Amino acid sequence: MRTIKADDIRDAVARLCVEANLHLPCDMERALRSARESEPWPLAKATLGTLCENLDASARTGLPICQDTGMACVFAEVGQDVHIDGDFEAAVDAGVAKGYTEGLLRKSVVRDPIRRGNTGDNTPAVLHVRLVPGDRVHLVVAPKGFGSENMSRIAMLKPSQGEDGVKDFVVETVRLAGSNPCPPVVVGVGVGGTFERAALLAKHALLRPVGSHHADPYYAAMEDELLARINALGTGPQGFGGKTTALGVQIETFPTHIAGMPVAVNIGCHVTRHAEVIL
Amino acid sequence: MTQHRLTCPVKKEDLAPLRAGDTVLLSGVIYTARDAAHKRLFALLEEGKPLPFDVRGAAVYYAGPTPAPEGRPIGACGPTTSGRMDAYAPALMREGLIVMIGKGARSDEVKAAVVETGSVYLAATGGAGALAAACVESAELVCYEDLGSEAVRRLVVRDMPLTVVLDAHGGDLYREGPVAYLASLEP
Repeated sequence: MRTIKADDIRDAVARLCVEANLHLPCDMERALRSARESEPWPLAKATLGTLCENLDASARTGLPICQDTGMACVFAEVGQDVHIDGDFEAAVDAGVAKGYTEGLLRKSVVRDPIRRGNTGDNTPAVLHVRLVPGDRVHLVVAPKGFGSENMSRIAMLKPSQGEDGVKDFVVETVRLAGSNPCPPVVVGVGVGGTFERAALLAKHALLRPVGSHHADPYYAAMEDELLARINALGTGPQGFGGKTTALGVQIETFPTHIAGMPVAVNIGCHVTRHAEVIL
Repeated sequence: MTQHRLTCPVKKEDLAPLRAGDTVLLSGVIYTARDAAHKRLFALLEEGKPLPFDVRGAAVYYAGPTPAPEGRPIGACGPTTSGRMDAYAPALMREGLIVMIGKGARSDEVKAAVVETGSVYLAATGGAGALAAACVESAELVCYEDLGSEAVRRLVVRDMPLTVVLDAHGGDLYREGPVAYLASLEP
Protein backbone atom coordinates (compact mmCIF):
# COMPACT_ATOMS: atom_id res chain seq x y z
CA MET A 1 0.00 0.00 0.00
CA ARG A 2 1.42 3.35 -1.11
CA THR A 3 0.42 6.54 0.69
CA ILE A 4 -0.24 9.84 -1.08
CA LYS A 5 -0.92 12.91 1.01
CA ALA A 6 -4.08 14.87 0.28
CA ASP A 7 -1.93 18.01 0.19
CA ASP A 8 0.02 16.55 -2.73
CA ILE A 9 -3.26 15.93 -4.57
CA ARG A 10 -4.25 19.56 -3.86
CA ASP A 11 -0.97 20.96 -5.16
CA ALA A 12 -1.04 18.80 -8.28
CA VAL A 13 -4.60 19.88 -9.13
CA ALA A 14 -3.65 23.53 -8.57
CA ARG A 15 -0.70 23.24 -10.98
CA LEU A 16 -2.80 21.47 -13.59
CA CYS A 17 -5.54 24.15 -13.48
CA VAL A 18 -2.98 26.82 -14.33
CA GLU A 19 -1.07 24.73 -16.87
CA ALA A 20 -4.24 23.76 -18.77
CA ASN A 21 -5.38 27.37 -19.06
CA LEU A 22 -2.01 28.67 -20.25
CA HIS A 23 -0.80 25.93 -22.57
CA LEU A 24 -2.91 24.30 -25.23
CA PRO A 25 -2.07 20.59 -25.77
CA CYS A 26 0.41 20.34 -28.71
CA ASP A 27 -2.03 18.34 -30.82
CA MET A 28 -4.61 21.16 -30.55
CA GLU A 29 -2.06 23.83 -31.36
CA ARG A 30 -0.81 21.82 -34.35
CA ALA A 31 -4.38 21.27 -35.59
CA LEU A 32 -5.15 24.98 -35.37
CA ARG A 33 -1.96 26.06 -37.15
CA SER A 34 -2.38 23.48 -39.88
CA ALA A 35 -6.05 24.49 -40.36
CA ARG A 36 -4.82 28.02 -41.06
CA GLU A 37 -2.58 26.66 -43.81
CA SER A 38 -5.31 24.61 -45.47
CA GLU A 39 -8.24 27.06 -45.13
CA PRO A 40 -9.21 28.33 -48.60
CA TRP A 41 -11.62 31.16 -47.63
CA PRO A 42 -9.74 34.45 -47.00
CA LEU A 43 -11.77 35.76 -44.03
CA ALA A 44 -11.62 32.31 -42.42
CA LYS A 45 -7.86 32.07 -42.96
CA ALA A 46 -7.39 35.52 -41.38
CA THR A 47 -9.58 34.50 -38.43
CA LEU A 48 -7.56 31.33 -37.87
CA GLY A 49 -4.46 33.53 -38.03
CA THR A 50 -5.90 35.64 -35.19
CA LEU A 51 -6.44 32.49 -33.11
CA CYS A 52 -2.80 31.49 -33.65
CA GLU A 53 -1.66 35.01 -32.72
CA ASN A 54 -3.70 34.67 -29.54
CA LEU A 55 -1.72 31.55 -28.59
CA ASP A 56 1.46 33.54 -29.15
CA ALA A 57 0.11 36.44 -27.06
CA SER A 58 -0.74 34.07 -24.21
CA ALA A 59 2.75 32.54 -24.30
CA ARG A 60 4.33 36.01 -24.34
CA THR A 61 2.25 37.59 -21.56
CA GLY A 62 1.44 34.64 -19.33
CA LEU A 63 -2.26 35.51 -19.59
CA PRO A 64 -4.76 32.66 -20.00
CA ILE A 65 -5.51 31.79 -23.64
CA CYS A 66 -9.21 32.51 -23.04
CA GLN A 67 -10.87 34.55 -20.30
CA ASP A 68 -13.37 31.74 -19.75
CA THR A 69 -11.02 29.59 -17.74
CA GLY A 70 -13.89 27.19 -17.28
CA MET A 71 -15.46 24.96 -14.71
CA ALA A 72 -12.79 22.49 -13.63
CA CYS A 73 -13.63 18.98 -14.80
CA VAL A 74 -11.31 16.56 -13.04
CA PHE A 75 -10.86 12.94 -14.10
CA ALA A 76 -9.05 10.89 -11.49
CA GLU A 77 -7.96 7.28 -11.82
CA VAL A 78 -7.02 6.14 -8.36
CA GLY A 79 -5.01 2.95 -7.95
CA GLN A 80 -6.65 0.53 -5.53
CA ASP A 81 -3.29 0.05 -3.80
CA VAL A 82 -3.07 3.73 -2.90
CA HIS A 83 -3.99 5.06 0.51
CA ILE A 84 -4.98 8.74 0.41
CA ASP A 85 -3.93 10.39 3.64
CA GLY A 86 -6.75 12.93 4.05
CA ASP A 87 -9.99 13.82 2.27
CA PHE A 88 -9.55 13.19 -1.46
CA GLU A 89 -12.54 15.17 -2.76
CA ALA A 90 -11.81 18.10 -0.46
CA ALA A 91 -8.20 18.07 -1.69
CA VAL A 92 -9.34 18.29 -5.32
CA ASP A 93 -11.58 21.28 -4.51
CA ALA A 94 -8.78 22.89 -2.48
CA GLY A 95 -6.53 22.46 -5.50
CA VAL A 96 -9.05 24.16 -7.77
CA ALA A 97 -9.41 27.06 -5.31
CA LYS A 98 -5.62 27.41 -5.03
CA GLY A 99 -4.98 27.15 -8.77
CA TYR A 100 -7.72 29.58 -9.79
CA THR A 101 -6.84 32.10 -7.08
CA GLU A 102 -3.04 32.08 -7.23
CA GLY A 103 -3.01 31.58 -11.00
CA LEU A 104 -5.28 34.61 -11.57
CA LEU A 105 -7.84 32.51 -13.41
CA ARG A 106 -11.47 33.60 -13.63
CA LYS A 107 -13.89 32.43 -10.98
CA SER A 108 -16.86 31.35 -13.07
CA VAL A 109 -18.85 29.07 -10.76
CA VAL A 110 -22.12 29.99 -9.05
CA ARG A 111 -23.31 28.30 -5.86
CA ASP A 112 -26.85 27.61 -7.02
CA PRO A 113 -27.96 27.07 -10.61
CA ILE A 114 -31.14 29.14 -10.27
CA ARG A 115 -30.41 31.57 -7.44
CA ARG A 116 -26.77 32.07 -8.64
CA GLY A 117 -24.08 33.69 -6.40
CA ASN A 118 -20.40 33.26 -7.28
CA THR A 119 -18.52 30.83 -5.02
CA GLY A 120 -15.49 33.10 -5.32
CA ASP A 121 -12.87 30.41 -5.87
CA ASN A 122 -14.22 28.43 -8.85
CA THR A 123 -15.11 25.45 -6.66
CA PRO A 124 -16.50 22.90 -6.70
CA ALA A 125 -14.80 20.80 -9.36
CA VAL A 126 -16.84 18.35 -11.41
CA LEU A 127 -14.99 15.23 -10.30
CA HIS A 128 -15.09 11.80 -11.93
CA VAL A 129 -13.23 9.08 -10.05
CA ARG A 130 -12.43 5.57 -11.27
CA LEU A 131 -10.82 2.90 -9.15
CA VAL A 132 -8.14 1.09 -11.15
CA PRO A 133 -5.45 -1.53 -10.45
CA GLY A 134 -2.04 -0.31 -9.27
CA ASP A 135 -0.58 2.18 -6.82
CA ARG A 136 -0.66 5.40 -8.86
CA VAL A 137 -3.05 8.31 -9.14
CA HIS A 138 -3.67 9.74 -12.62
CA LEU A 139 -5.17 13.23 -12.55
CA VAL A 140 -6.53 15.07 -15.57
CA VAL A 141 -7.85 18.62 -15.25
CA ALA A 142 -9.98 19.74 -18.20
CA PRO A 143 -11.32 23.29 -17.68
CA LYS A 144 -14.56 23.61 -19.66
CA GLY A 145 -15.83 26.95 -20.91
CA PHE A 146 -19.56 27.35 -21.28
CA GLY A 147 -19.74 29.02 -24.70
CA SER A 148 -19.23 25.54 -26.10
CA GLU A 149 -20.72 23.56 -23.19
CA ASN A 150 -24.05 25.36 -23.70
CA MET A 151 -24.28 24.12 -27.30
CA SER A 152 -23.98 20.44 -26.35
CA ARG A 153 -26.98 18.08 -26.74
CA ILE A 154 -28.13 14.60 -25.81
CA ALA A 155 -30.80 12.39 -27.40
CA MET A 156 -32.27 9.02 -26.58
CA LEU A 157 -32.59 7.69 -30.13
CA LYS A 158 -34.51 4.59 -31.17
CA PRO A 159 -32.36 1.62 -32.26
CA SER A 160 -34.22 1.70 -35.59
CA GLN A 161 -32.67 5.11 -36.31
CA GLY A 162 -29.33 3.32 -36.64
CA GLU A 163 -26.10 4.79 -37.89
CA ASP A 164 -27.82 7.55 -39.88
CA GLY A 165 -29.75 8.68 -36.81
CA VAL A 166 -26.53 9.09 -34.83
CA LYS A 167 -24.70 10.88 -37.64
CA ASP A 168 -27.56 13.27 -38.39
CA PHE A 169 -27.89 14.18 -34.70
CA VAL A 170 -24.17 15.01 -34.45
CA VAL A 171 -24.12 17.16 -37.59
CA GLU A 172 -27.36 18.91 -36.62
CA THR A 173 -25.94 19.73 -33.18
CA VAL A 174 -22.93 21.46 -34.73
CA ARG A 175 -25.12 23.24 -37.28
CA LEU A 176 -27.44 24.57 -34.57
CA ALA A 177 -24.45 25.68 -32.48
CA GLY A 178 -23.38 28.01 -35.31
CA SER A 179 -21.09 30.80 -34.16
CA ASN A 180 -21.79 30.39 -30.42
CA PRO A 181 -19.23 27.77 -29.35
CA CYS A 182 -16.19 29.62 -30.82
CA PRO A 183 -15.55 27.45 -33.87
CA PRO A 184 -13.42 25.73 -35.04
CA VAL A 185 -14.73 23.22 -32.53
CA VAL A 186 -13.77 19.76 -31.38
CA VAL A 187 -16.77 17.43 -31.31
CA GLY A 188 -16.91 14.82 -28.56
CA VAL A 189 -19.52 12.12 -29.20
CA GLY A 190 -20.72 9.47 -26.77
CA VAL A 191 -22.84 6.64 -28.13
CA GLY A 192 -24.44 3.97 -25.94
CA GLY A 193 -24.54 3.29 -22.22
CA THR A 194 -27.28 5.06 -20.31
CA PHE A 195 -28.37 8.71 -20.29
CA GLU A 196 -25.54 9.85 -18.03
CA ARG A 197 -22.91 7.49 -19.41
CA ALA A 198 -23.41 8.83 -22.95
CA ALA A 199 -22.76 12.37 -21.72
CA LEU A 200 -19.65 11.30 -19.82
CA LEU A 201 -18.32 9.43 -22.89
CA ALA A 202 -18.79 12.58 -24.98
CA LYS A 203 -16.90 14.69 -22.46
CA HIS A 204 -14.16 12.09 -22.11
CA ALA A 205 -13.77 11.95 -25.91
CA LEU A 206 -12.60 15.59 -25.81
CA LEU A 207 -9.52 14.48 -23.86
CA ARG A 208 -8.25 12.40 -26.78
CA PRO A 209 -5.59 13.95 -29.03
CA VAL A 210 -7.45 15.83 -31.73
CA GLY A 211 -7.36 13.89 -34.99
CA SER A 212 -6.87 10.54 -33.23
CA HIS A 213 -9.30 7.75 -34.08
CA HIS A 214 -11.55 5.24 -32.35
CA ALA A 215 -9.86 1.83 -32.14
CA ASP A 216 -12.74 0.22 -34.07
CA PRO A 217 -12.35 0.97 -37.83
CA TYR A 218 -16.15 1.25 -38.15
CA TYR A 219 -16.24 4.22 -35.75
CA ALA A 220 -12.94 5.61 -37.05
CA ALA A 221 -14.50 5.85 -40.52
CA MET A 222 -17.58 7.50 -38.98
CA GLU A 223 -15.37 10.11 -37.32
CA ASP A 224 -13.83 10.99 -40.70
CA GLU A 225 -17.21 11.10 -42.42
CA LEU A 226 -18.70 13.32 -39.70
CA LEU A 227 -15.75 15.71 -39.86
CA ALA A 228 -16.20 16.04 -43.62
CA ARG A 229 -19.96 16.63 -43.26
CA ILE A 230 -19.44 19.22 -40.52
CA ASN A 231 -16.81 21.04 -42.56
CA ALA A 232 -19.26 21.17 -45.47
CA LEU A 233 -21.75 23.17 -43.36
CA GLY A 234 -19.96 26.44 -44.16
CA THR A 235 -20.10 27.82 -40.60
CA GLY A 236 -16.33 28.39 -40.54
CA PRO A 237 -14.08 29.91 -37.88
CA GLN A 238 -16.12 32.16 -35.54
CA GLY A 239 -19.18 31.48 -37.72
CA PHE A 240 -18.04 34.03 -40.33
CA GLY A 241 -18.11 31.36 -43.06
CA GLY A 242 -15.40 29.00 -44.28
CA LYS A 243 -14.25 25.41 -44.38
CA THR A 244 -12.84 24.95 -40.88
CA THR A 245 -15.88 24.49 -38.64
CA ALA A 246 -14.38 21.56 -36.72
CA LEU A 247 -10.83 20.36 -36.09
CA GLY A 248 -11.86 16.86 -35.08
CA VAL A 249 -14.73 14.49 -34.29
CA GLN A 250 -14.03 11.98 -31.56
CA ILE A 251 -16.41 9.14 -30.73
CA GLU A 252 -16.48 6.95 -27.64
CA THR A 253 -18.86 4.03 -27.29
CA PHE A 254 -20.28 1.71 -24.64
CA PRO A 255 -22.70 -1.24 -24.73
CA THR A 256 -26.31 -0.19 -24.27
CA HIS A 257 -29.79 -1.59 -23.57
CA ILE A 258 -31.81 -3.56 -26.17
CA ALA A 259 -34.37 -0.75 -26.20
CA GLY A 260 -32.08 2.23 -26.61
CA MET A 261 -29.38 4.16 -28.46
CA PRO A 262 -28.32 7.20 -26.42
CA VAL A 263 -26.14 9.72 -28.20
CA ALA A 264 -24.52 12.76 -26.60
CA VAL A 265 -22.54 15.52 -28.29
CA ASN A 266 -20.20 17.61 -26.14
CA ILE A 267 -18.78 20.52 -28.07
CA GLY A 268 -15.33 21.85 -27.27
CA CYS A 269 -14.12 25.23 -28.55
CA HIS A 270 -10.85 25.99 -30.30
CA VAL A 271 -9.31 26.15 -26.81
CA THR A 272 -10.18 22.54 -25.90
CA ARG A 273 -7.62 21.97 -23.19
CA HIS A 274 -6.49 19.68 -20.43
CA ALA A 275 -3.38 18.92 -18.42
CA GLU A 276 -2.47 15.72 -16.63
CA VAL A 277 -0.06 14.15 -14.18
CA ILE A 278 0.61 10.74 -12.69
CA LEU A 279 1.43 10.68 -8.97
CA MET B 1 -14.84 44.42 -47.11
CA THR B 2 -13.88 47.82 -45.74
CA GLN B 3 -11.93 48.68 -42.62
CA HIS B 4 -13.30 51.48 -40.45
CA ARG B 5 -11.94 53.38 -37.48
CA LEU B 6 -14.33 54.33 -34.70
CA THR B 7 -13.88 56.13 -31.40
CA CYS B 8 -16.51 55.53 -28.71
CA PRO B 9 -18.80 57.10 -27.72
CA VAL B 10 -20.13 57.35 -31.27
CA LYS B 11 -23.03 58.90 -33.16
CA LYS B 12 -25.57 57.02 -35.23
CA GLU B 13 -24.24 58.65 -38.42
CA ASP B 14 -20.74 57.26 -37.69
CA LEU B 15 -22.21 53.76 -37.80
CA ALA B 16 -24.25 54.14 -40.99
CA PRO B 17 -21.35 53.25 -43.35
CA LEU B 18 -20.65 49.95 -41.56
CA ARG B 19 -21.71 46.79 -43.37
CA ALA B 20 -21.77 43.18 -42.15
CA GLY B 21 -18.36 41.64 -42.90
CA ASP B 22 -16.46 44.94 -42.63
CA THR B 23 -13.76 45.24 -39.99
CA VAL B 24 -13.45 47.96 -37.37
CA LEU B 25 -10.53 49.20 -35.31
CA LEU B 26 -12.28 50.55 -32.25
CA SER B 27 -10.80 53.02 -29.79
CA GLY B 28 -12.15 54.98 -26.86
CA VAL B 29 -14.39 54.01 -23.96
CA ILE B 30 -16.31 50.73 -23.74
CA TYR B 31 -18.16 49.22 -20.78
CA THR B 32 -17.99 45.54 -19.84
CA ALA B 33 -21.27 43.97 -18.78
CA ARG B 34 -22.46 40.39 -18.99
CA ASP B 35 -25.22 38.20 -17.54
CA ALA B 36 -25.56 39.33 -13.93
CA ALA B 37 -24.84 43.02 -14.65
CA HIS B 38 -27.43 43.05 -17.43
CA LYS B 39 -30.01 41.62 -15.10
CA ARG B 40 -29.39 44.51 -12.69
CA LEU B 41 -29.31 47.19 -15.41
CA PHE B 42 -32.57 45.88 -16.81
CA ALA B 43 -34.17 45.93 -13.35
CA LEU B 44 -33.18 49.60 -12.99
CA LEU B 45 -34.87 50.41 -16.30
CA GLU B 46 -38.02 48.54 -15.24
CA GLU B 47 -38.12 50.58 -12.04
CA GLY B 48 -37.56 53.80 -13.98
CA LYS B 49 -34.27 54.45 -12.16
CA PRO B 50 -31.14 55.94 -13.76
CA LEU B 51 -28.41 53.63 -15.06
CA PRO B 52 -24.97 53.74 -13.38
CA PHE B 53 -23.29 54.97 -16.58
CA ASP B 54 -24.36 56.99 -19.58
CA VAL B 55 -25.42 54.52 -22.27
CA ARG B 56 -26.15 57.18 -24.92
CA GLY B 57 -23.79 56.57 -27.84
CA ALA B 58 -21.99 54.01 -25.69
CA ALA B 59 -20.48 50.63 -26.47
CA VAL B 60 -21.05 47.65 -24.23
CA TYR B 61 -18.64 44.72 -24.31
CA TYR B 62 -20.05 41.36 -23.27
CA ALA B 63 -17.00 40.20 -21.36
CA GLY B 64 -15.84 39.00 -17.97
CA PRO B 65 -12.04 39.26 -17.74
CA THR B 66 -9.62 37.20 -15.70
CA PRO B 67 -8.00 39.10 -12.78
CA ALA B 68 -5.34 41.62 -13.83
CA PRO B 69 -1.76 40.58 -13.08
CA GLU B 70 0.40 43.22 -11.42
CA GLY B 71 1.49 45.86 -13.89
CA ARG B 72 -1.31 45.15 -16.38
CA PRO B 73 -4.70 46.91 -16.57
CA ILE B 74 -6.64 43.69 -17.20
CA GLY B 75 -6.30 39.94 -17.64
CA ALA B 76 -7.51 37.90 -20.60
CA CYS B 77 -10.68 39.58 -21.85
CA GLY B 78 -12.25 38.04 -24.93
CA PRO B 79 -16.00 38.20 -25.60
CA THR B 80 -18.67 35.96 -24.11
CA THR B 81 -21.68 34.54 -26.01
CA SER B 82 -23.97 37.51 -26.64
CA GLY B 83 -27.23 35.59 -27.03
CA ARG B 84 -27.66 35.42 -23.26
CA MET B 85 -28.02 39.21 -23.20
CA ASP B 86 -30.74 39.19 -25.89
CA ALA B 87 -33.53 39.55 -23.35
CA TYR B 88 -32.04 42.84 -22.13
CA ALA B 89 -30.35 44.36 -25.19
CA PRO B 90 -33.35 45.95 -27.01
CA ALA B 91 -34.31 47.94 -23.88
CA LEU B 92 -30.74 49.24 -23.56
CA MET B 93 -30.63 50.17 -27.26
CA ARG B 94 -33.82 52.17 -26.80
CA GLU B 95 -32.03 54.05 -24.00
CA GLY B 96 -29.29 55.00 -26.45
CA LEU B 97 -26.81 52.12 -26.34
CA ILE B 98 -25.49 51.97 -29.87
CA VAL B 99 -22.62 49.46 -30.08
CA MET B 100 -22.67 45.90 -28.77
CA ILE B 101 -19.49 43.82 -28.79
CA GLY B 102 -19.56 40.07 -28.24
CA LYS B 103 -19.70 36.86 -30.21
CA GLY B 104 -22.38 34.49 -31.40
CA ALA B 105 -25.89 34.70 -32.80
CA ARG B 106 -28.55 37.23 -31.73
CA SER B 107 -32.34 36.92 -31.59
CA ASP B 108 -34.74 38.35 -34.15
CA GLU B 109 -35.78 40.94 -31.53
CA VAL B 110 -32.19 42.17 -31.21
CA LYS B 111 -31.75 42.25 -34.99
CA ALA B 112 -34.92 44.34 -35.33
CA ALA B 113 -33.81 46.72 -32.56
CA VAL B 114 -30.40 47.15 -34.24
CA VAL B 115 -32.12 48.33 -37.44
CA GLU B 116 -34.73 50.40 -35.57
CA THR B 117 -32.15 52.29 -33.50
CA GLY B 118 -29.29 52.45 -36.03
CA SER B 119 -26.99 50.41 -33.79
CA VAL B 120 -24.39 47.79 -34.66
CA TYR B 121 -23.34 44.45 -33.27
CA LEU B 122 -19.60 43.79 -33.59
CA ALA B 123 -17.80 40.51 -33.00
CA ALA B 124 -14.55 40.26 -31.12
CA THR B 125 -12.65 37.02 -31.64
CA GLY B 126 -14.19 34.44 -29.33
CA GLY B 127 -11.59 32.60 -27.29
CA ALA B 128 -8.83 35.10 -28.06
CA GLY B 129 -8.67 36.57 -24.56
CA ALA B 130 -4.90 37.06 -24.34
CA LEU B 131 -4.82 38.96 -27.62
CA ALA B 132 -7.77 41.20 -26.66
CA ALA B 133 -5.92 42.28 -23.50
CA ALA B 134 -3.24 43.96 -25.63
CA CYS B 135 -5.83 46.56 -26.83
CA VAL B 136 -6.86 47.62 -23.33
CA GLU B 137 -5.07 50.72 -22.02
CA SER B 138 -6.96 51.08 -18.75
CA ALA B 139 -9.77 49.49 -16.80
CA GLU B 140 -11.67 50.94 -13.86
CA LEU B 141 -14.58 49.64 -11.86
CA VAL B 142 -17.91 51.39 -12.49
CA CYS B 143 -20.28 49.33 -10.31
CA TYR B 144 -21.33 45.87 -9.04
CA GLU B 145 -17.93 44.97 -7.56
CA ASP B 146 -19.66 42.12 -5.71
CA LEU B 147 -20.11 40.37 -9.06
CA GLY B 148 -16.35 39.84 -9.41
CA SER B 149 -15.51 39.21 -13.04
CA GLU B 150 -19.08 40.20 -13.95
CA ALA B 151 -18.75 43.75 -12.54
CA VAL B 152 -19.21 46.70 -14.91
CA ARG B 153 -15.82 48.12 -15.90
CA ARG B 154 -14.96 51.17 -17.97
CA LEU B 155 -12.23 50.21 -20.42
CA VAL B 156 -10.21 52.54 -22.60
CA VAL B 157 -9.19 50.59 -25.68
CA ARG B 158 -7.01 51.34 -28.68
CA ASP B 159 -7.44 49.78 -32.11
CA MET B 160 -9.46 46.82 -30.89
CA PRO B 161 -9.97 44.62 -33.99
CA LEU B 162 -13.66 43.77 -34.49
CA THR B 163 -15.86 42.43 -37.27
CA VAL B 164 -19.29 43.83 -38.12
CA VAL B 165 -21.89 41.07 -37.66
CA LEU B 166 -25.18 43.02 -37.59
CA ASP B 167 -25.33 46.38 -39.32
CA ALA B 168 -28.02 49.06 -39.14
CA HIS B 169 -29.33 48.04 -42.58
CA GLY B 170 -30.28 44.47 -41.70
CA GLY B 171 -27.00 42.81 -42.76
CA ASP B 172 -26.00 39.69 -40.81
CA LEU B 173 -22.54 38.17 -41.29
CA TYR B 174 -23.51 34.91 -39.55
CA ARG B 175 -26.15 34.40 -42.24
CA GLU B 176 -24.32 35.88 -45.23
CA GLY B 177 -20.75 34.67 -44.52
CA PRO B 178 -21.43 30.92 -44.67
CA VAL B 179 -23.72 31.41 -47.71
CA ALA B 180 -20.97 33.30 -49.55
CA TYR B 181 -18.38 30.65 -48.71
CA LEU B 182 -20.66 27.81 -49.88
CA ALA B 183 -21.48 29.74 -53.07
CA SER B 184 -17.73 30.01 -53.78
CA LEU B 185 -17.58 26.19 -53.94
CA GLU B 186 -20.21 26.02 -56.73
CA PRO B 187 -18.64 25.20 -60.10
